[in-house]
Amino acid sequence: MQTIFIVAILALGFLITFQIAKASEYVAVLRGEEKARKQTNKINAFLLLAFLILGLIGVFYCNQQLGGKILGTPASDHGVLVDRMLYITIGLTFIVFIITQVALFWFSFKYQESDTRKAYYYPHNNKLEMIWTVIPAIVLTVLVGFGIFYWFKITGDAPKNSMVVEVVGKQFGWEFRYPGKDGILGKKYFKRVDAAANNPVGQLWEDPANHDDIFLEQEMHLVVNKPVKLVIGAKDVIHDVGLSHFRMKMDAVPGTPTTMWFTPTITTKKMKEDTGNPDFVYELSCDQMCGKGHFGMRGVIVVETQEEFDIWLAGKKPQYYVANPEQDPSAKQVKDTAVVKPLAVTAAIHK
Amino acid sequence: MSEALHAHPGTAVPHDVHHDEHEHHGHHKETFVSKYVFSMDHKTIGKQFLITGIIWAIIGGLFSVLFRLQLGYPDQSFPILETFFGDYAKGGQIQPEFYYALITMHGTVLVFFVLTAGLSGTFANILIPLQIGARDMASPFLNMLSYWFFFMASIVMLSSLFIQTGPASGGWTMYPPLSALKQAGDGSKLGTDLWLVSMALFIISSLLGGLNYISTILNLRTKGMSMTRLPLTIWAMFFTAILGVLSFPVLLSGAILLLFDRNLGTSFYLSDIVVNGEVLPNEGGSAILYQHLFWFLGHPEVYIILLPAMGMVSEILSVNSRKPIFGYMAMLGSLFAIAILAFLVWAHHMFVTGLNPFLGSVFVLLTLLIAVPSAIKVFNWLTTLWRGNIRFTPATLFAIGFVSLFISGGLTGIFLGNSTIDIHLHDTMFVVAHFHIVMGVASFFGMFAGVYHWFPKMFGRYLNSTLGYIHFWVTMVGSYLIFWPMHYQGLAGIPRRYLDKRGWSSFNGFTDLDKMITVVSIIVFAVQLMFVFNFFYSVFKGRKVTTPNPWGANTLEWTTPIRPGHGNWEGEIPEVHRWPYDYAKDGREFIPQTEPVGEHESKH
Repeated sequence: MQTIFIVAILALGFLITFQIAKASEYVAVLRGEEKARKQTNKINAFLLLAFLILGLIGVFYCNQQLGGKILGTPASDHGVLVDRMLYITIGLTFIVFIITQVALFWFSFKYQESDTRKAYYYPHNNKLEMIWTVIPAIVLTVLVGFGIFYWFKITGDAPKNSMVVEVVGKQFGWEFRYPGKDGILGKKYFKRVDAAANNPVGQLWEDPANHDDIFLEQEMHLVVNKPVKLVIGAKDVIHDVGLSHFRMKMDAVPGTPTTMWFTPTITTKKMKEDTGNPDFVYELSCDQMCGKGHFGMRGVIVVETQEEFDIWLAGKKPQYYVANPEQDPSAKQVKDTAVVKPLAVTAAIHK
Repeated sequence: MSEALHAHPGTAVPHDVHHDEHEHHGHHKETFVSKYVFSMDHKTIGKQFLITGIIWAIIGGLFSVLFRLQLGYPDQSFPILETFFGDYAKGGQIQPEFYYALITMHGTVLVFFVLTAGLSGTFANILIPLQIGARDMASPFLNMLSYWFFFMASIVMLSSLFIQTGPASGGWTMYPPLSALKQAGDGSKLGTDLWLVSMALFIISSLLGGLNYISTILNLRTKGMSMTRLPLTIWAMFFTAILGVLSFPVLLSGAILLLFDRNLGTSFYLSDIVVNGEVLPNEGGSAILYQHLFWFLGHPEVYIILLPAMGMVSEILSVNSRKPIFGYMAMLGSLFAIAILAFLVWAHHMFVTGLNPFLGSVFVLLTLLIAVPSAIKVFNWLTTLWRGNIRFTPATLFAIGFVSLFISGGLTGIFLGNSTIDIHLHDTMFVVAHFHIVMGVASFFGMFAGVYHWFPKMFGRYLNSTLGYIHFWVTMVGSYLIFWPMHYQGLAGIPRRYLDKRGWSSFNGFTDLDKMITVVSIIVFAVQLMFVFNFFYSVFKGRKVTTPNPWGANTLEWTTPIRPGHGNWEGEIPEVHRWPYDYAKDGREFIPQTEPVGEHESKH
C-alpha cells in the first residue's frame, strides 16, 4: 500500500513538473523567446554562484560531521608514514581544489551573457600555458618524491628480529600459523590439505620444522613494538589482508605468496583506554571481493605485551600433535584425553 | 545574437544542381528495415547506439538503486523486492549473491554498454562524418555490423540476468580464481560464461567501430580540412578509437584464457587451489596475470570513456562562451599525452597485489604524470570561460558541471595513484567515490551535454529546456551529495562491496550517511527517468528547429539541412578554409569554417 502511495506521488510530481516545463515553453514563445532566454540565463548564472557558495559551506559542514570518524591514531609505525603522506596530499590538493572551483563558477557567473559585453578573442598564450604546465609538474614531483620515499620504507625488507606469522584467506575466514620455537614455518603443499586428517594448511609432516608450528583460526596475536612479517596466501580465490588501523593491506593470492611487515605500536588494551571504548578491537577485513561471504570475512587481532603473548602462545598445541596424537608427549602420559582432544579440535575447525 | 540565429550569408552551402555527384537518395528505395533497422547511415547507427545505451543506463541505474536500498537500510525488509525478485530477495531483503550480481552488472553495464558504446558509439558515429565533411563512414557496412555486434552482446548479457544461477557476480573486473571456479559461487557458474561471451562480442563491436572511426578521420576529410582544423571533438574521438583498437584485444585474450580455464581444464590463472575442501589439480598458473591483461585494457578504458566527453565539453564551452577554445594546440597535445600515458599506468590498480615495489614506484611516477596534461586541460577550459559571453544552455551547464566534477575526481586520483596512500585506500569506498565522480558522473555529464547540444541536429527538434535545467541542477547537487561524503567512508577504511557493515566495530559508524546517500540516489535516478521521458517526448513532439545553425556554431554539421538525409549534404560537400574556433574575431560573433579567410582579417 505504502509503495503504491509513493509511486503515485512520484508520478504526480513528475506530471506536474512536465506540465510546468511545457507551459514555460509556450510562455517563452508568447513573450518573445529572446527575452525569456536572457532571463533564464541570468537565473542559471546566479544559481551557479549559489552552488559554489553553498557547495563550499557544504564541504566544511561535511568535514565537521564526518571528520572525527576517520583515521583514528595510526596503530603502526608505517601507519604514521601513510597518514603523513595523506595529509600532505590533502593540503596541496585542497588548495588546488578551492582555486579551480572558485575560478570555474566565478567566471561562469561574471562572464554570463550580457548585451554590453563582447567576448574577448583569446585563442592562446604560450607563457600562460607554460606556467600551468610547470607548476603542476613541480607540485607533483614533490608528491612523487615523498610518496616513493615512504613507499620504499614501507615495502623494504623486514627487520631481522621480526616475528613471522602466516596468514591464509579462504571462503570465508582467516587461518593463521605461528612458526613455533624454531622460528621457521614448515613446508607445505596444497595437495596435502585435508581437514578430515587435521591438516588444514597442507603441512608436510616429514619436515621437522612443521612439528612445532601452531595453527589457529580467526584470531591473531601480535607483540607491541615488535616488527611482524606476515606471509600471506589464499586457498581458493583472491582475498586481501586489510588492516585499516595499521594502514596496511596486501592481497592474498592462491599460488603466489605475498608478504608485508609492520610494527604495531599500541596494544589493544591501550587503544581501549585511548578511545574510551571498552569493546575496541583491531579488525582484519577482507578487502578483495571473494564471493558471497566477503562482507563478513572478519578476523580479530590482539596486540599485547611480550609476556602476555608468551603466556597465550604457551597454551596452544602444535598442529602436528593434533594431526598425529600418537606423537604427542602429553598424550602419552594421560591416555584418555588423547582420544578426546583431537575430536574437540576437529569440531572447532568445522564450525 | 541575431547573427547566431540566422545562417551567415557567407556560409551559404553551394546548392548547385549541376554538381550533382552520386547521391545516395533516389538511387535505391529505402524500406523501413533498411532505413531504421539495418541502416548504414551513420546518423541512424549513432541513434541506435544512443537509444540502446539509454535502455542499458536505466537498467544499470536501477540496479544501483536496488543495492543502495540494501546499503542504506540493511535491517529493513522491502516486501516489494520479494514480489519482483523472488528468492533473490528472500523476506524482502537482498541476498548476498544477488547483491554481488547487482554490483557486477551495474559496473559492467555502465562502463561498457553505456559509457563506451552509448557515449563514444553515439557521438563518434554522429559527429565524425558531419564535422569532418564526409558523406558517411569509410565503411558503412562495418559500421552497421559494429552496432549489431553490440546488440548481440546486449542480448547475451541480458539473458544472463534470467538464468537460474543468476548473472556473473565476481565484480566488473571478474578476477579469477573467483570467476574461474564454478564451485566458488553461483555467479561463477553459467552467468560468468555468458558474461565472457558477451564481452567478446562487445570487443568485436568496439574494434569494428574503432577501425572505422580512425580510417574515416584520416581519409575522408573534406577539402581544406587539415588535421589541425579538426574540431577537438574529432581529435578526442580519434584518440579514443586508437586507445580502443590497441587495448581491447588484450582484454579479449584475457577473457578467452579465462574461458579456457573455466571449461577446458587449462591453468593459465589457477594454481594451488583448495576450494570448499576440494583439492584442484591445477598448478603453475598466475592469478595476477589476468589482472595485468585486464587492466591493460581497464585503464585505457577509463580514457576511452572520458576523452569523448572532454572533446564535446571543449566544443560546447567554446560555442557557448562565444570564444575560441583557449590553447587549441595545448588541448591537442594534452589529449595526445593522456592517450600515451593511458597505456603506461595500468599497474597502479595492482599496488597491493604483491607487485615488485620498484615496479610500483615506476607506476607511481607515470600515474601522477597524467595530472599534468589533465591540469592543462582544466586551466584551458577555465580560460575559455574567462571574458566570454556565456549562454547557459542545458548543454553549457552540463559542460561546466563536467569540469567541476573532473577537478574533484581528478584530485582524488592523486591520492590513489600514490602507492603509499593507496595501501590504506585501496579497495575502499574512497575508490568508489573517486571513480564514480571522475569517470562515471563526469562522463555522463559530457554525454548529457552532447545530447542537449546535438539533439537539434539528430532529430530536428529541441529538448525541453526547463526539464533540462531541472535535470542538470538535481543531478549536479545530487552527485556531490552522494559521492563527496563517500570519501570519508573510504578514509575510515570501509572496504568496498560490503553490503552490511553491522558485524564490524570499525566500519559501522556511518549509518545515517548511508541512508542519506540512498535517498539522494533514488531522487537522482528519478530525475534521470525524467530526462529519458523528455528525450523520447521531444523526438516526436519537441519544438521544431527552424534554422540550420541554432547555436551559431562554426563547425560543418550546422551547414547541412536541418534534417540531413543519407549523404548529409545535398549539393557538394562544403570546403573548409579555417579552424573551427573563430568566435568573437574581428568584431564578428562567429565565422563558420566554410568562410574563406578575408584579406584584412587579423591573424592569430
